[in-house]
Amino acid sequence: MQLGALVSGGKDSLFACYRAMQKEHVACLITVVSENLESYMFHTPNVRLVELQAEAAALPLVQVETGGEKEAELADLKRAIEIAQEEHGIEGIVSGAILSVYQATRIQRICHGLDLWCFNPLWHADPEAYMEDLIAAGFSARIAGVYSYPFDASWLGRCIDAQALSELKGIAKKHRITLTGEGGEYETFVLDAPFFKKRIEILSAEKTYCNYNGLYRIGEARLVVK
Amino acid sequence: MILVLDLCYRRDSLSRYEFVAPIAGIVRRAGVPCTVRHYTEVRDTDLEEAKRIVLCGTALKDNRFASSPEAFGWIRRIRRPILGICAGMQVLSRTFGGTVEPGCEIGMIPIRRIADDPLFDGKETFEGYALHRNAIHLPETFRVLAVSEGGIQAMRHPVLPLYGVMFHPEVRNEWVVERFLTLPLLFPTGGEEE
Repeated sequence: MQLGALVSGGKDSLFACYRAMQKEHVACLITVVSENLESYMFHTPNVRLVELQAEAAALPLVQVETGGEKEAELADLKRAIEIAQEEHGIEGIVSGAILSVYQATRIQRICHGLDLWCFNPLWHADPEAYMEDLIAAGFSARIAGVYSYPFDASWLGRCIDAQALSELKGIAKKHRITLTGEGGEYETFVLDAPFFKKRIEILSAEKTYCNYNGLYRIGEARLVVK
Repeated sequence: MILVLDLCYRRDSLSRYEFVAPIAGIVRRAGVPCTVRHYTEVRDTDLEEAKRIVLCGTALKDNRFASSPEAFGWIRRIRRPILGICAGMQVLSRTFGGTVEPGCEIGMIPIRRIADDPLFDGKETFEGYALHRNAIHLPETFRVLAVSEGGIQAMRHPVLPLYGVMFHPEVRNEWVVERFLTLPLLFPTGGEEE
């Protein structure tokens, strides 16, 4: 089955894409670039660099822009999926939704309207097992944004490795936040994945941080041989 | 052992993560051993060893299970409590003479209990996650336990411990599966099944 993977640049969407590749054929990546930093549907830090991820994965990218208004952005997502249908013949969509009923419901409705299959291979996944699988599979994901206590500025740009995961587990347990960050506590950006032919190297990045709210904006980046 | 049946479009499919793994996770977290099988590969020994059986749901577009009714012939002869979820409820319904017709619901919906049953004790109304394109017409022998605006959301055989739910309990209603695992479910000859 030919699938289009909805990607935001973060670990969940790219890990879902990886799982989809193990069972079906991923024909393209699809991304919606939102102008709204608080988009309900689309995560935003470094989303423009999905283009580099697509190149790293040697996959075509369908990218559309959205103003990011709550429901209007869904029309833009539908438009992106329709383009992927026309240009790449996709028969289904794969998304990285884990717990978000809001996100999953809207993607399911769009797929139903377009007569497409919808796959959410991380849906209600065990958070610890998923995060361990992510690291074991060879993903290199950096923290691209923090939005809640107790994340300080030192988390920005940090790689999610075994040590970071151990600390995240402690934080999740103590502060009752989601280990995966799907509750909006933090966001990530993937620099390398098992299906990338090349990895992304960051040449410049800028950190902004204030009151448990911070961004790690990647300025320049390039692809390098793995 | 609880037998968790995968009704997805093929063995070891991409949908299995979404519709089977979360149910198996609830069973395992309840401390109960669990065996997962695809519906095309159920063996007599699986059925004999199972204390209870859960038939899982499928993707919205996945109706392949419905083209193999013979794969579910064991449902009528096995004396085990069964919980059919969404696609599983449709299988259960068809097995006992019910029918299926188009009826789509997607997302969280209000559900209202309309008959007493230990599975829904203390739950007069609740929100459930719906993801289906087909609704069921009840088999004559079954009774409706709960409804939504879109139709029947839960059913039970009047005598046998056979349940069907159209909503997906793995989303915000894990208690449905947990209760199914722990309720003392009796067969009419008197003996408990385990």
